[in-house]
Amino acid sequence: MKRFILIGVPYLWLLALFFVPFLIVFKVSLSDYALSIPPYTPQMKDGLAEMFAAFDFENYVFLTTDDLYWKAYLSSLKIAVISTLLTLAVGYPIAYAMGRAPDAWRATLMTLVILPFWTSFLIRVYAWMGILAKEGFLNQFLLWLGVIGEPLTLLNTNTAVYIGIVYTYLPFMILPIYASLDRMDGSLLEAAEDLGCSRLAAFWLITWPLSRPGVIAGCFLVFIPALGEFVIPSILGGSDTLMIGKVLFEEFFSNRDWPVASTVAVILLLILIIPIVLFQRNQQKQVEAGQ
Amino acid sequence: MAQNVFAPWNDPAETPLIRFEQVTKRFGSFTAIDDLTLDIFEREFFALLGPSGCGKTTLMRMLAGFEDPTEGRISLAGQDIAGVPPNQRAVNMMFQSYALFPHLSIWDNIAFGLRREGRAREQIAERVTEMLKLTRLEKFASRKPDQISGGQKQRVALARALAKAPKLLLLDEPLGALDKKLRQETQFELMDIQEKTGTTFVIVTHDQEEAMTVASRIAVMDEGKVIQVATPDRIYEAPNSVYVADFIGDVNILTGSLTTLGPDLYGLAIAENIAPLFATSTEDLTARGTAHLAIRPEKITIHTEKPQDADNALEGRVLDIAYLGNLSTYHVEIKGGPVIKAQMANTRRLSRRDITWEDKVWVSWTKTAGALLKQ
Repeated sequence: MKRFILIGVPYLWLLALFFVPFLIVFKVSLSDYALSIPPYTPQMKDGLAEMFAAFDFENYVFLTTDDLYWKAYLSSLKIAVISTLLTLAVGYPIAYAMGRAPDAWRATLMTLVILPFWTSFLIRVYAWMGILAKEGFLNQFLLWLGVIGEPLTLLNTNTAVYIGIVYTYLPFMILPIYASLDRMDGSLLEAAEDLGCSRLAAFWLITWPLSRPGVIAGCFLVFIPALGEFVIPSILGGSDTLMIGKVLFEEFFSNRDWPVASTVAVILLLILIIPIVLFQRNQQKQVEAGQ
Repeated sequence: MAQNVFAPWNDPAETPLIRFEQVTKRFGSFTAIDDLTLDIFEREFFALLGPSGCGKTTLMRMLAGFEDPTEGRISLAGQDIAGVPPNQRAVNMMFQSYALFPHLSIWDNIAFGLRREGRAREQIAERVTEMLKLTRLEKFASRKPDQISGGQKQRVALARALAKAPKLLLLDEPLGALDKKLRQETQFELMDIQEKTGTTFVIVTHDQEEAMTVASRIAVMDEGKVIQVATPDRIYEAPNSVYVADFIGDVNILTGSLTTLGPDLYGLAIAENIAPLFATSTEDLTARGTAHLAIRPEKITIHTEKPQDADNALEGRVLDIAYLGNLSTYHVEIKGGPVIKAQMANTRRLSRRDITWEDKVWVSWTKTAGALLKQ
């Protein structure tokens, strides 16, 4: 009984705060736009039978007719994948260096990684505007160095979006990788060397596979929020930066078309959930095959 | 037929496999190894024994190539190995933590070193199978390291280190993680495998029993120096210093002033009201001065009445009895003197023992039973 309560509480939590809202959003996505409050029809007050009768997949069909949507999904996927890889490329060496640092330093290094969270996310993204602008710090610094003759256009481009995402989500990449590297027994690398590996080979054959769970966790933690990211592309991106988060925001707040916005959200969720479920089933199979 | 005793260290024509020549290793201001000279011969099972921090692990890591000596020269088969990285030495190591690769199966763990050599597939398979058989692990080849027991892990680590047929195998506290019974079984297994493969083994341990059991020779170390190198029986019976005598097994150390009584015969006065003790020594000890007599408890006999014609006999009172099952150790307080430990085999049942606490007893030993030490 006790065990049931222990397992039940988190699932009730998930049910209340994830599954129920999802059902509501899904229900809205099946309705039609209407000039009312809330701005869709049918509604629960019309009676259940009428409501179910009026449901249709019209909005889902609509999404396929306007190429804005699938282009936004594709562009979001592209931006999310590239920025996840960039974050991995930046984060792995940092996590690796932290893992090899003297014990006395580790707590400090860890604090430094988490430190940006102490300032509001929004303020930090706004700060990048000051850095990346034509007259911003970065351009002034590069001009002063003499690396460039003309100031670069960085702000309001996809490059700025990548910089923003990598910067914001870097700790989510570093922490799980660091955790997996930290657990690793240092004598494993000595053993690999002792058995004839060069340092580099020992890294590829031992360190990399052992840090893979951390890499995968980090990639998910970056990829998932990056895919639906709204703030970074709207502040740092240009008018041509197409991301689904922005489309969702516009449908919802500018057009007040709740049914279409809900449809966009449901499909976004499916795009995220299906690969994760497939991946986890694959992992499960591998674990079972290993035993 | 004369038995061919394995003792290359007594043969001046034999060249050692490993030679430490005046090796010093410093870490900052800390001297881990202090001007050490040591020879280890081929096919030896050599034990480095000492308390933690005595430098034995540093010595082993220098052989493996993880540390380089600050001064001096280490040669393996006649070649200076300073600067040769670990992956190019014909030396393999079995780590204290075993360091098995958790993401690889037992089979792949053992094949790891062979694959790095770029050998042919069939050759690798053949060698791994051979190693699995040697360590009786055939059934576990496809398991992962976290799916086998501690004793099996230990055997995998051994198989992996032996797979490349190294000239020298280093074992860092190989049995430290095993429980006592398994450890004793494994000690014999190790000796068996060492004999079968003919590999030179160097084992680092702080467990003197382990060193005594497995090793052909033992180097007792303290503070970066080798105190004594000898066969287990010499280390036990003829320690060269109080440190060695005290480190190996149980011992009584009696300190007193020394007088020469005859050729190889000395007298040791340990207290004013006790007659000098007789002891022999083949070493030439300077006639006068302080000396120590190291004598093992099992070499001391305990009597209820004064023994006749014993070389040394002292009267005392039983202070304590430690019952160990097969043996009992008696702590006897000598009148006006030290407490002496005497050990007797319990050949009778405990209820028939005729000596008990507070009894007046005599302890005796022969003049050749102990070792006279100047330091």
